[in-house]
Amino acid sequence: MPDANARRFGFETRMLHAGHIPDAEVGARAVPIHQTTSFVFDSPEQAALLFELKEYGNIYTRIGNPTTAAFEERVASLEGATGALATASGMAAQLVALMTMLQPGDEIVSSSHLYGGTVTQFVHTFRKLSVVARFVDPHDFDAWEAAITPRTRLLYGETVGNPRGSILDLERLAALASSHRLPLVVDNTFATPWLCRPIEWGATVVVHSATKFLGGHGTSIGGVLCESGRFDWSHMPTVAAPSGSYHGLKFPETFGHYGFLMKARAETLRDTGATLSPFNAFLLLQGLETLSIRMERHVANAQGVAVFLAAHPQVAWVAYAGLPDHPDHALAQKYLGGRPGAVLSFGLAATGDAARERGREFIRGLQVFSHLANVGDARSLVIHPASTTHQQLSEAELQAAGVGPELIRLSVGLETLEDLLWDLDQALRATSR
Amino acid sequence: MGSGSGTACDITLNTSLSDDERARWQDPGTIRRILRDTRTVAVVGLSTDPQKASTFVAAYLQYEGYRIIPVTPKGGILLGERTWPDLASVPDPIDLVVPFRPAHDCTEIARQAVAVRAKAFWLQLRLLNREAAEVASAGGLDVVMDKCVKMEHGRFQGGLHFAGMNTELVSARRRGR
Repeated sequence: MPDANARRFGFETRMLHAGHIPDAEVGARAVPIHQTTSFVFDSPEQAALLFELKEYGNIYTRIGNPTTAAFEERVASLEGATGALATASGMAAQLVALMTMLQPGDEIVSSSHLYGGTVTQFVHTFRKLSVVARFVDPHDFDAWEAAITPRTRLLYGETVGNPRGSILDLERLAALASSHRLPLVVDNTFATPWLCRPIEWGATVVVHSATKFLGGHGTSIGGVLCESGRFDWSHMPTVAAPSGSYHGLKFPETFGHYGFLMKARAETLRDTGATLSPFNAFLLLQGLETLSIRMERHVANAQGVAVFLAAHPQVAWVAYAGLPDHPDHALAQKYLGGRPGAVLSFGLAATGDAARERGREFIRGLQVFSHLANVGDARSLVIHPASTTHQQLSEAELQAAGVGPELIRLSVGLETLEDLLWDLDQALRATSR
Repeated sequence: MGSGSGTACDITLNTSLSDDERARWQDPGTIRRILRDTRTVAVVGLSTDPQKASTFVAAYLQYEGYRIIPVTPKGGILLGERTWPDLASVPDPIDLVVPFRPAHDCTEIARQAVAVRAKAFWLQLRLLNREAAEVASAGGLDVVMDKCVKMEHGRFQGGLHFAGMNTELVSARRRGR
């Protein structure tokens, strides 16, 4: 047995060590890649206990895998969660989290400042499951309150809202959720636990697209959900009621504060099959080991880019809560220590169709920024949301999400800052010729 | 300089105990000693329902090598072991007593645990009875309160980790064989 830690180790130590103790058999220092579908049982008795969830252990990689478990425990440790569940993607993480809580006829209330893919999942896919999503301006607490009905099962928002960089007032929203006995689900993708840990402010579930800054190298699609272990699920029948697929097992009653995550794994992940591959878990672990160092550089470069763009004549506005004139600057100070991630957007000094054309010219002119639909790569990225990530949204949904035709989104990478500024400047100058 | 150790958070607890009480009733060294030295576990109030928490805990501990002694007035055989109506009837030495009974019954169970010279007394997660803890402690038993014996064993033995849970263990030393 390893020693119990009398010391509470710091974030960086846990980035490198949490979730992996070198095993007795081999002693591998790095986390080994357990590229296997299945695990041999010790005995028929052990197999029976595993299937009844009475014994912990590995059965089949769709449900769990040792490499994936190292990734899960590491993220849980960094988020200050009781545990975590890795998924095939960030979209799968929020789907598994929410499907564990929801049933037909339920409603959710969400911030409207969301990733476009999340909006389509909530509006269109959830409609097929007879779940209604209501969207509110995240800063309008009267609107949050008014949107909550007896059918509401959870509140949802992004720590740093996509794509205008709004900051969720986590503490106030968690208090509202708590007063209605609802869990607050927070997408912490843009912040990462290095910059903000929503559970410390009262969130119940944290979801991530690990594809982004957690992995950090643009190699692997993956997601993860974490739970605080502090929410009382006993009044939410989808989680607490006897399970039809486990002989009436009541998950929170039997597993205590692990109940929600055990149910999410043993039922929702089992049945959706939205599993992270062990190889991707390994690659994401390599990213986690340098998370704090990368995020410091990401944020420093993003701040430099934001300041540069704000003073540029071809730029109408910059939305980055690290700038003092951003409406959420104070919230960014409170929740992110004034370091609101490395994704920012700005508006070209043009409107309507002229803005669309100028946006295309700008992207064509860039040499160092990669034009693609992702954020959180070590390399700097650029996209024009109105024609790509947000194109499925209606005009009204676009308006609610705060995406105009002039909006350019950047994910600022780790390159030499002066090179990034040079690239933006030369591409902006090209648009004014 | 790094972020310091302060940014780590203590999350397994989910406990209603104060810091002083945690130091007294949730000492990691005591927990490890109990898990290491225990051979027989008297489970007081073990359910006949295979889906109850008491069965999950007892079946797990049994598979992990502890001998389970079911204590229940209902009689019969549970988990392949003969049941006994109370602790005093059990003919073999009892190392650890784990009640699955309402909190108000636990003071009497603690007295019986002292009487049969058990070595340790464990009140499960959210089962709070400070008087019972004091009685067992005064009788010379190691005492744990407001922790799950299965979760704690799973943390150290490694199984809980495979469920994606945060064991809060950090070590660069190779696990013992």
